[in-house]
Amino acid sequence: MPVISYIDAVTQALQEEMKRDSRVFVLGEDVGVRGGVFRATAGLYEEFGPERVLDTPLTESAIVGVSIGAAAYGKRPVAEIQFADFIMPAVNQIVSEAAKIRYRSNGDWTCPLVIRAPYGGGVHGALYHSQSVEKMFNGVPGLKIVMPSTPYDVKGLLKAAIRDEDPVLFFEHKRCYRLIKGEVPVEDYTLPIGKADVKREGDDVTVISYGLTLHFALQAAEMLEKEGISVHVLDLRTILPLDKEAIIEAAAKTGKVLIVHEDNLTGGVGGEVAALIAQEAFFELDAPVQRLCGPDVPAMPYSPTMEKEFMLNPEKIANAIRELAEF
Amino acid sequence: MATDILMPQLGESVTEGTIAKWLKKPGDPVSKYEPICEVSTDKVNAEVPSTIEGTIVELVVEEGTTVSVGDLICRIQEAGTAAAEEEPKAEAAKEEKASAKAEVPAQEETSMKQRYSPAVLKLANEHNIDLTRISGTGRGGRITRKDILRAIEQGVPAAAEQPVAAEKSAAPREETKPEPAQPKQPAPVAEAAGVPLENGDIEIPVTAVRRTIAQRMVQSKHEAPHAWTMMEVDVTGLVELRNRLKEDFKKREGVNLTFMPFFIKAVVDSLKEFPYLNSVWGGDKIILKKRINISIAVATDDALYVPVIHDADEKSILGLARAVSQLAEKTRAGKLDLKDMQGGTFTVNNTGSFGSVLSAPIINHPQAAILSFESIVKRPVVTNQMIAVRDMMNICLSLDHRILDGLMAGRFLKRVKERLEAYGPNSEI
Repeated sequence: MPVISYIDAVTQALQEEMKRDSRVFVLGEDVGVRGGVFRATAGLYEEFGPERVLDTPLTESAIVGVSIGAAAYGKRPVAEIQFADFIMPAVNQIVSEAAKIRYRSNGDWTCPLVIRAPYGGGVHGALYHSQSVEKMFNGVPGLKIVMPSTPYDVKGLLKAAIRDEDPVLFFEHKRCYRLIKGEVPVEDYTLPIGKADVKREGDDVTVISYGLTLHFALQAAEMLEKEGISVHVLDLRTILPLDKEAIIEAAAKTGKVLIVHEDNLTGGVGGEVAALIAQEAFFELDAPVQRLCGPDVPAMPYSPTMEKEFMLNPEKIANAIRELAEF
Repeated sequence: MATDILMPQLGESVTEGTIAKWLKKPGDPVSKYEPICEVSTDKVNAEVPSTIEGTIVELVVEEGTTVSVGDLICRIQEAGTAAAEEEPKAEAAKEEKASAKAEVPAQEETSMKQRYSPAVLKLANEHNIDLTRISGTGRGGRITRKDILRAIEQGVPAAAEQPVAAEKSAAPREETKPEPAQPKQPAPVAEAAGVPLENGDIEIPVTAVRRTIAQRMVQSKHEAPHAWTMMEVDVTGLVELRNRLKEDFKKREGVNLTFMPFFIKAVVDSLKEFPYLNSVWGGDKIILKKRINISIAVATDDALYVPVIHDADEKSILGLARAVSQLAEKTRAGKLDLKDMQGGTFTVNNTGSFGSVLSAPIINHPQAAILSFESIVKRPVVTNQMIAVRDMMNICLSLDHRILDGLMAGRFLKRVKERLEAYGPNSEI
C-alpha cells in the first residue's frame, strides 16, 4: 500500500468520488484555480473544469446555502470552508436548514451535503485560524460530524460522507495535513460513519480521543509502555453520532478512562463521552473519568509560548495517563 | 553510615500504624532494642525498638502520622562508624526527607484503602472476594481493578493472623457457597451511610479500635450461626470460700481474689473433657486446638479488648488471679502488646461485674464458643424439699452451631456448673 499524507487522502477521495459520480462537485474560496489554500483540491480544477470546481465569493453563508440548494436539486456538493473559524456565518444554513430538511419534509427530501473545514491549532494561526469548532455543532440532531486522524480514515470516511444522504461536517485537523502519513489502499473503499476504531490495545488506562490529539495519545502510550503502563487508545473518528458500543467497550477494558481533545473542556465532546460512560459503564469504572482538553480561554494565543501552553502534547497526556494508572 | 529504620510489621494483618509519640529526638543515643517510638495500630499499641546501637540522626515521620509497614520512619547513625561522610549523607537525608514529604499526601490518603471503585466492588461480589484480605497497589493503598483480577487469577492472598481464617476464606470460593466473604466488610460502613442527621446530633468519628470491634462482631455474627444456652449455678459454697480467703489472699499475694480465676479454672478443666469447645471452624474441617488459651473480655470506657491468658490449663487459682489482674491493668493503661492479644481459643466474659443476669454474647471469632458469667444473686431455691436462700448465678454459652450441637455444649456447661458447685467453704485452692 502506498504511504500518503493526510491531505493527499483528502484530495484522492475528492478526485475519486468526482470521477465515480458526476453529481459530485466542490465549491469554496480559492478551491479552483488556486487548488485551495492548503492545496486540498489541487488538480481538480484542471481535471474537472470550472463547472465542477467552483471558486466562490468570501461568503460562507452563500457557500453552504448554494450547496443546500444544489443538494436538493440532486447534486452532491462538497463545500470547503477555508478555515473552520469562518464557518460561523453559515451556522444558520447548517443548523436551521441542512440539518432539518429530512425531518421537515417528513423524509421526502434529504440533504446529501459535505462541508469540509480545516480546524485546530499548533500552526501559529492565532485567533482566526486555530479554532476547534466541533462543539458548536455537536448535539444538533440531523448533523453528522466526522473528525478523522489518519490518511486511511480520511479517505474512507470522506468517501462515505460524500455518498451519505445527509449533511456531514468533515473536520480536518490542519496540523495533521502534512505531519501525518500512513498507508492507504489504492482500491476504492469506504469506512462507516459513526464507528470508532481501536488504534492501540492496552489494559491499564483507556484514552479516548480524535484528530491531532489522538496521535499525541499514541505517542504518550509509546513512552509509557517503557514504564510498564499499558494504554488502550480509542479513536472516535465520528463524534456525532458517537459509537456508544465502542466507547463502553473501551471503558470497560481498563476501568480507567481519559478523554482527550483540543477543543475547550467545557461543553466539549468529552463531557458527552464521560456522561455516557457514567450511565452505561458505571460498574466497570475503577477511577473517576478524566478529561484533558484545551483550556477554557477565548482563543488560541498568537505568542508561541502561550500557544504551546494551550496546545496538548504527548507529555501532558502521558502525565494524565500516569496519574490514572497510579490511582 | 546512617541506617534507615523502617516501620516494622506489628502483627500479620497490620499494614500501617500511627506514630503516636517519639521517645527519642535527633542527637539522642540509642542502644539496640531500646524503644524509639510508640506506634498505635487498629489492634495494639506497641513500641518500636531500635535495630542498632547509635545516635538518632533524623526523625522522618511526624507524630500523629500514619505510615505503612516498611516505610522509612527515622535514621540512626550506627555507633562506631565515622561521621565523615556525614555531609553528603545529610544531603541524601534531605532528599529522602523531600521524597518522604512528597509521599505525605499519599499517606494521608491511606483512607483510599477502603475506597472501592464500582468495578472493584462488582468483581469482589461476583467472585466472593473479601476485600479486607487484598492489598492495594493504587494510590493511598487503594485496591485497583487489576489487584482484584490478579487475586482472582492467583487466589485470594492468604492473609490474617489465624491461618485457619485464611483457609476459611479460600474454602467457600471453591464450594461456590456465597457464605462469608461479602457481607463481612461493608456492613458496618453501610449502616453508617444513609442515617439522616438532625439538629443537635453528634457525629463521632469511628476510631481504629472501634472499627475493628465492629468488623469482628459483624464477621462473627455473619459467619458463625450462633446458638445459645444457659444454666443456673448454685455458687453458695464458692461465695463462702472466697469470703473466707480473700483478705488473707490479698495480704499474702498482693492481688485481689475475685471469682474470675475460679470461673476460668472450671472452664479450663471442662475444656479438657470436651476438646470440641476448644476448637475453630476450618471450612472443611474442625481444628481442635491443643493449647488452652483463655481470652478474657476487658472493657474500657470506649472499647472492649479480649486479652489472652496463654496456657491457662497450667495455672493455679493464684496464677490465674495474677494473670487476670495483670491483663486488666495493662488493658486499662493501653499497654497491651500484640502477644497479649493473640492465640485465644475460648472466651470467658464476666458480665456479672456490671450487674447483668442474662446475656447472649457474640462469639470471639474464630473460636467455637464464649461463656459469660452473670451476677451472683441471693434467691430462694428449693433444696431437699425446703426453700433455702442460695447464691445463684446464671452462666450463658453462645456456641458456633457449625462446630457444636446443643448436646455437647450442654454437657460441657453442666461440667462447668458441677465444678463451680463443688466448691465449699473449706475447699483448698
